[in-house]
Amino acid sequence: MKVSLFVTCLGEIFYQDVAKDVVEVLERLGCEIDLPAGQICCGQPAFNSGYRKDAKKAAKQMITSFEDSEYIVSPSGSCAAMLKEYPGLFEEDKEWQERAQAIADKTYEFTQFIVSVLGVEDVGAVYPEQATYHSSCHMLRLLKETEAPFKLLKNVKGLELLPLKNSYDCCGFGGTFAVKMGPISEQMVDEKVRHVQESSAAVLIGSDNGCLMNIGGRLDRREIPIKVKHIAQILNTRA
Amino acid sequence: MPMKIGEKQFFDRIEDALQDDFMRHAMASAQDRLRGKKLAATEGDKTIGDWEEWRSAGEEIRRHTLENLDFYLDQLSENFAERGGHVYFAETAEDANRYIQDVARKKNAKHVTKSKSMVTEEIGLNEALEEIGCHVHETDLAEYILQLDDKDRPSHIVVPSLHKNKEQIRDTFKTKVGYMGTEEPRELTAFARSQLRDVFMEADIGITGCNFAIAESGSLSLATNEGNLNMVTTFPKTQITVMGMERLVPTWEEMDVLINLLSRSAVGQKITTYVTNLTPGVEEDCVDAPKEFHLVILDAGRSRALGTEFQSALHCIRCAACVNVCPVYRHIGGHAYGSIYQGPIGAVLSPILGGYEEYGELPFASSLCAACTEACPVKIPLHEQLIRHRENYVKEKGRVKASEKAAMKAFGIGASTPSLFQIAVKGAPIFMKPFIQDGSISKIPGPMKPWTEIRKFPSPGKDNFRTWFKEHQKGRQ
Repeated sequence: MKVSLFVTCLGEIFYQDVAKDVVEVLERLGCEIDLPAGQICCGQPAFNSGYRKDAKKAAKQMITSFEDSEYIVSPSGSCAAMLKEYPGLFEEDKEWQERAQAIADKTYEFTQFIVSVLGVEDVGAVYPEQATYHSSCHMLRLLKETEAPFKLLKNVKGLELLPLKNSYDCCGFGGTFAVKMGPISEQMVDEKVRHVQESSAAVLIGSDNGCLMNIGGRLDRREIPIKVKHIAQILNTRA
Repeated sequence: MPMKIGEKQFFDRIEDALQDDFMRHAMASAQDRLRGKKLAATEGDKTIGDWEEWRSAGEEIRRHTLENLDFYLDQLSENFAERGGHVYFAETAEDANRYIQDVARKKNAKHVTKSKSMVTEEIGLNEALEEIGCHVHETDLAEYILQLDDKDRPSHIVVPSLHKNKEQIRDTFKTKVGYMGTEEPRELTAFARSQLRDVFMEADIGITGCNFAIAESGSLSLATNEGNLNMVTTFPKTQITVMGMERLVPTWEEMDVLINLLSRSAVGQKITTYVTNLTPGVEEDCVDAPKEFHLVILDAGRSRALGTEFQSALHCIRCAACVNVCPVYRHIGGHAYGSIYQGPIGAVLSPILGGYEEYGELPFASSLCAACTEACPVKIPLHEQLIRHRENYVKEKGRVKASEKAAMKAFGIGASTPSLFQIAVKGAPIFMKPFIQDGSISKIPGPMKPWTEIRKFPSPGKDNFRTWFKEHQKGRQ
C-alpha cells in the first residue's frame, strides 16, 4: 500500500525521531512510503489565529503537494484534522474546494490509518513500562478517533496503561493560545501535569507532538521525571 | 452596559480569577459534577435511545425556527395578543426597559418579584425599575443571594452563584438580613424561603424570562427547580415576560424535544421539577393568575447575527453544557469573561450583542479544544464560530499589533514556499543554538517569551529528516 507521509512542520524541525519511527512502523506493516517534497505546514497557526488568507496559502501548497497521493498519513491528529478543514476554506472557489475535498478524504492520523485502513491492532511492539495516554482534543473531537491508539497500545507487550483523570480536558496547548493566553494555558497544563502525576505512570504517551511539546515542556520546566513519548516511538520499540 | 461585568481590562480580570483559589476549586468540582450528571442523563440514558439523534433533532428544530423567525414571531405575537396579552417588540435594551417602566408606572407598582432570567440581567432591568422607585426582589435562590451580596453578578448562566460557598452565603445573610443560623444549606434555604414568602404576597408585578415561547398557541414555557417562578406568576395581578427574539419553537411537539435537551444538558435531570406553561387569557373569577400579561420580545443585537455565519449562535437554548466542559472557564470562572454570558457561548454571543470593542478578546480565550461543540445539545459549532470572530477581529483596523499581522503574512509565505521552509528547517538548529542548554531551551525572547516562561522549548533535532529518509530509501532498495 502506498502511503504519503505528512510529517508536519513540528515533526520535521523538532521531532525527527518520531518521524523515523512512523516510517519504520508503517514499512514493517507493508506500506511503501513517500515523502512529497512540497509539503510544509497544514496552516493551522494562521487558521486558528484568524488569518484565513494566510492559512489558504499553506493549504494550497499542501493540496498541490499531496494531490497524487493514495493515502496521506500524519503523526498528528490535529494536523490531520486541519487537512480535513480545507474544503471549508475554499467555499467561494469550487475548483479548489473539490481538490481540497479529495485531500481531506484520503487523510488519516497515524494510528487511525493502522487500525482502520490496514486493519492491524497488534504491531508486535514490546514496551515494559507503566504509562498513561493523553487523548488529544482534535483527534478526539474533530477526527472523532477515540479508539485506535488504545487498541494498538493494548497489544503492546509489557505495557501497563494506567487511567488518566479528566483525560478529556485539553492540555492547554491550542497553538498560539499557549502564547497569547499564557496565564490560562499555564493553569491548564499544570492540571494536566497533576493528573499525569496522580496516574503514577512513568511515561506519558500521546499522538500529537503539539500537545506533547506543551506537557513535556512543562514537565521539564518543573523537573518532573516523567518521560514523554509519541505513540509511534512506543509502537516501534521491539524486544 | 448591563451585560458587562466590572470595569477591569481582560487580562486583569484573568489575573484576579487566577488568584482566587476558592473560586477555581469550586468551578472545577462543579464542572466535574455537572458533566457527570449530564452524561448520565444523555449518552448514558439508554431509555431515550440515541442521544446523537436527539441532538440532530434539536439542531434541525432550531435551524428551521431561525430560518423562519419572522413567520413564527408573527404567529406567536398574534396568538398571544388574541388571547388578551400585550406584545412589545423591543429593538434595544433601553426600549425594553422603557416599556417595562411604563407598565410599572401605570400599575403604580411598588414591589416587583422576579424569577431567574439572564435576559433581564442582559438589559439591566433591575436598575431600570429601581430608577423609578420600584423594589425589585430576586426570588431564585442563587439570584437572591447575589442581589443581597451588594448586587454581585452571575458567574454561570444556569447556576448564577456558583462562585460562592456556603460560608460566604451565611455571612451575606448575617450582615444583610440578620440571619442567625449556620452554614447548613438546608437551613440557609429555609431562611431564604421564609424571607421570600411575604415578598411574593405583596408583589404588584411578576417578571420572568422565557425558556421557550410556543408560536402555535402563544404560550410561554419555563423550566425551574425551586417553585419560585410559580409564585412569581400567580400572585401579582400583572406579569411581564422578557424573551430574546430567538427563544421560540413552532409547536408543542418541538417544545417537547427541546425541554428534554435543556433539562438533561443543563442539570442532568430527565425533566426539571417544574415546567410551567403560561398562556394569557384567564376566566374573570380566576384568582391565581395575572389579569394583565405582557410579553417583551427583545432584539438588542440578535438580528445582527441573522443571515451571517453566526446565525446558529441564536440556536442556543442556554443550557450551559458548553460552559460546564470548557477548560478555560474551569480555570478563570465566569466573571473573568466580563459578560453575563460566559464560557464558550459567552465568547461567541457577547461580541455579537456587545461588539468587538468590549468583547473582542473573548474569542481568543479558547484553546479551540472543541469540547463545547461536542457538548452542545443543538450542535452549534462553537469553536468554529470562535475562529470566525477571530477572523473579523484581526481584520478590523488597529485591533492587533502590526507585528502579528506581519508574522502571519510571513507564515503564509513560508508555508507556501518549500525552498524557504527548507532554509528554516536547516537553519533552526543553528540560529537556535545560542538558546539551547542541556538539549532544551529555557528562554527565548520576543513573541515566544510567554512559552518559555512556563515551559521549556524543545531544541531542533540535529538530523535532517529528509536527508535521513533519502538514505533510508536507498538502503531499502
